[in-house]
Amino acid sequence: MTVPLIESDVLQETLDHALRGGGDFAEVFVEDRRSSNGRFDDGRIEELVSGRDRGAGLRVVRGETTGFAHTADLSREGLLHAAEAAAGAARGVGGGTHTVALGAPSPHPIAAGVVLPETVEKRRKVELLARADAAARATGSAVTSVTASYADARRRILVANSDGLLADDDRVRTRLAVQCVATGDTGMQTGHEAPGRTMGFELFDNFAPEDVGRRAAQRALTLLDAVPAPSGRLPVVLKRGAGGVLFHEACGHGLEADHILKDASVFKGQMGTSVASPLVTLVDDGGYAQEWGTLAIDDEGHPAQRNVLIENGVLTDFMWDVVRARKAGRAPSGNGRRESYRHLPMPRMTNTFVLEGATDPADIIRNVDFGIYCVQLGGGQVDPATGDFVFGVTEAYLIEKGEVTRPIRAAQLIGNGPDVLRMVDAVGNDFETWTGMCGKQGQSVPVSSGQPTVLVREMTVGGTAA
Amino acid sequence: MSGGDLLDIARGVARAARDGEQVEAYVVRTRDTDVEVFGGEVESLTTASVEGVGIRVIAGRRQGLAWAGSLAADVIDETLQEARDNAGFGEPDEWYGLASPADVNGATPPKLDLWREELVSVPTEEKVRIALDLERATRAADTRIRNVESASYGDALAEAALANSLGVEAHTRRTTCSASAVALADDGSGTQSGYGFVAGRTLSDLDLESIPRDAATRACRLLGAKPVPGRRIPVILDPLVTRSVLGVLSSAFNGESMLKGRSLFAGRTGELIGAPFVQLIDDPTDARALGASEFDGDGVPTRRNALIVDGVMQGFLHNVYTGRRSGSGTTASATRGIGSTPGVGVRALRLEPGPKSPEEIMRGAGEALYVQSVSGLHSGTNPISGDFSVGAEGLMVRDGAFAEPVREITIASTLQRMLLDITEVGSDLIFLPGAVAGMTVLVGEMTMSGA
Repeated sequence: MTVPLIESDVLQETLDHALRGGGDFAEVFVEDRRSSNGRFDDGRIEELVSGRDRGAGLRVVRGETTGFAHTADLSREGLLHAAEAAAGAARGVGGGTHTVALGAPSPHPIAAGVVLPETVEKRRKVELLARADAAARATGSAVTSVTASYADARRRILVANSDGLLADDDRVRTRLAVQCVATGDTGMQTGHEAPGRTMGFELFDNFAPEDVGRRAAQRALTLLDAVPAPSGRLPVVLKRGAGGVLFHEACGHGLEADHILKDASVFKGQMGTSVASPLVTLVDDGGYAQEWGTLAIDDEGHPAQRNVLIENGVLTDFMWDVVRARKAGRAPSGNGRRESYRHLPMPRMTNTFVLEGATDPADIIRNVDFGIYCVQLGGGQVDPATGDFVFGVTEAYLIEKGEVTRPIRAAQLIGNGPDVLRMVDAVGNDFETWTGMCGKQGQSVPVSSGQPTVLVREMTVGGTAA
Repeated sequence: MSGGDLLDIARGVARAARDGEQVEAYVVRTRDTDVEVFGGEVESLTTASVEGVGIRVIAGRRQGLAWAGSLAADVIDETLQEARDNAGFGEPDEWYGLASPADVNGATPPKLDLWREELVSVPTEEKVRIALDLERATRAADTRIRNVESASYGDALAEAALANSLGVEAHTRRTTCSASAVALADDGSGTQSGYGFVAGRTLSDLDLESIPRDAATRACRLLGAKPVPGRRIPVILDPLVTRSVLGVLSSAFNGESMLKGRSLFAGRTGELIGAPFVQLIDDPTDARALGASEFDGDGVPTRRNALIVDGVMQGFLHNVYTGRRSGSGTTASATRGIGSTPGVGVRALRLEPGPKSPEEIMRGAGEALYVQSVSGLHSGTNPISGDFSVGAEGLMVRDGAFAEPVREITIASTLQRMLLDITEVGSDLIFLPGAVAGMTVLVGEMTMSGA
């Protein structure tokens, strides 16, 4: 049993202090984060960094207003001072006084079998990068540059609030990323591969660093032979795993309750109606085993859970944090997340999946006369108010007469989330996940997305082919 | 905030250097206030003070770094030990070394007016009032505005100090503030969003009245936007779009990228890479730029660096490490946070403004696409290959005036091609938050893909 970050009597005093002048809700979020990362570049270890960050975020909600303050000083005095600042920020808005009685803590010990980062010698982390680098370079003589980076973090959190909630979590995440540049007749092309999971060093039992390096290198090499992407409205097949991020961006963000309550989502007022092809079922599942976006509790202390957002095409739920759920008079859905103690929580996705269908992926491709087969997407961006999105494609091929043929480069997919949901014409019986960082209002949190092979009838492909 | 104590902390760490060891401490402190309003109420009010230290140790030509989000003495000690330990796992590199008085080479830091004491004493109530007024004015700016998605005010007082065991020291502090609003317009044809924002060093720098006007104009003029058939077409970039494109382009001038074979301009110094009237400058000594600073991330006084003169590539930006390794010397372009060793980057990049106003550029462009905003910039542009393909929305331009709005299109070219294809650089230079300034730019031809 590890020592609690803060004793519960101090937490209780802090919450009492926060609500002394009135208020509807107060919360203390305490975090102690240790991280390490290394970068291997130019064939040698370039940077080995350790980081330590700890502190507490205090918030006081009164009516519509949230006051927030944070401190790196975890002493009783530091916490009381921050509580005062948060209360001051929410001052003058009314609200009643509270007495706070904290419940019993519900500890979430680290799962058995997780190899904690601090127990792994730094030498082994460096070796891992060297292995990924060597494998990437050996993949082809045209590979001219390799960057491999390793990152781990152990984040202990503790949440207490004026509803009596007291909960903690101990999160360990590990990730390896390899970026390769290959040089040839078409100039310099890049390839990227970056698996990560909510687990420790045992990640590399499942993801050999050599495989990660080779996959990144192969991608860059493939692009050397790629033809410029075509332009226009075309059928798009998203390979399993590749397109989850598109559903995350194009639909997921519009299903976050803050956008709904601000009337800034295309899905506002659509509950219970058909918003997608009946082939589409979309879930957000923070409890899914050891995925990159997996949590025991969210950053407001509520257990992560599986939320069905769209079921057979019908909109069934949004994603909620405490403040928005209070406003709507319902329970939060375990989607309150924040980047660190320095940030206010808001509704965020965790692991967002399109569930598998019934079609053989090979049949999906066979039925396309001319289109695009996307194997890896880069980042994307969406305006939740309109649903308009754009995605970079980092590995894709032409589909010609039902066959996957030549690789293409420099393609962008653009479209509209609700339109794409309706144009899903086939869903495969396969499934894979993807690891990424999701940015929203300046806060970055780990998420995964996942999906079977999917056919979208038509999307705008922006390429450079004449 | 007092100026002295951060430098004292940094000196204390640097003094702990052992024989044969170089130690550098980079210490930062910021105080932020952020106000978000919605529906006539304060949605959130955040007051925060953040401090931290990054410690770099070089011993036996090996380098290690550790950081902490605290300036407590015991945490700083632990961080120094951790940096030493990390250095032990590094690989020797003959070019590793902290900035020395020789790198500074007698340069004196520019005298810049980056700190406005009056911002420090602005009461919170005043900041709240600004955000509330902004929301109200944005909602009222046009009858087609159905909602204001967000209205906010934020400011930051930032201070940083650096000291190393070779005797180089630096201290800088600055104030910044900004305000913004996002308007949602709807006329029955669907929703469009548009934003307005301003930034400066103190309240009197902020033209608050421009925000509701810009947000409403930008949202309303896109109402009814549709995809248009693809073709090759002249493209006018809004100042904010120019800023984004230059931001991507800047990495091609990064000495670190060049040394690693990842710059698309490697080996091009002295060659024509842009239209012959194009001047590209990174000038952190220009106090108007919000990224201006007296020192870089190695502690070396900043200077003006010309990257393109009359279309000709002048060279690369360097920090102390890449400057030594390349033999070019530092250009005082080290950028950093506490959590990493110094990288290389721009602080105040801009094109030299041209003679024409945006209206004159539009009149001379013929049929063109005016790009109001782009999306997918990071996924759609590749600063290594130069491939450029991004989502865009904006308006068609005909006879010198805005015609129908367009959305769900992409524009594509390569960064190399775009620099050569610049036909006009506007006179409307605008300094924006971040490291790059904007202005209206006309690119002679790009590929537009749409319906």
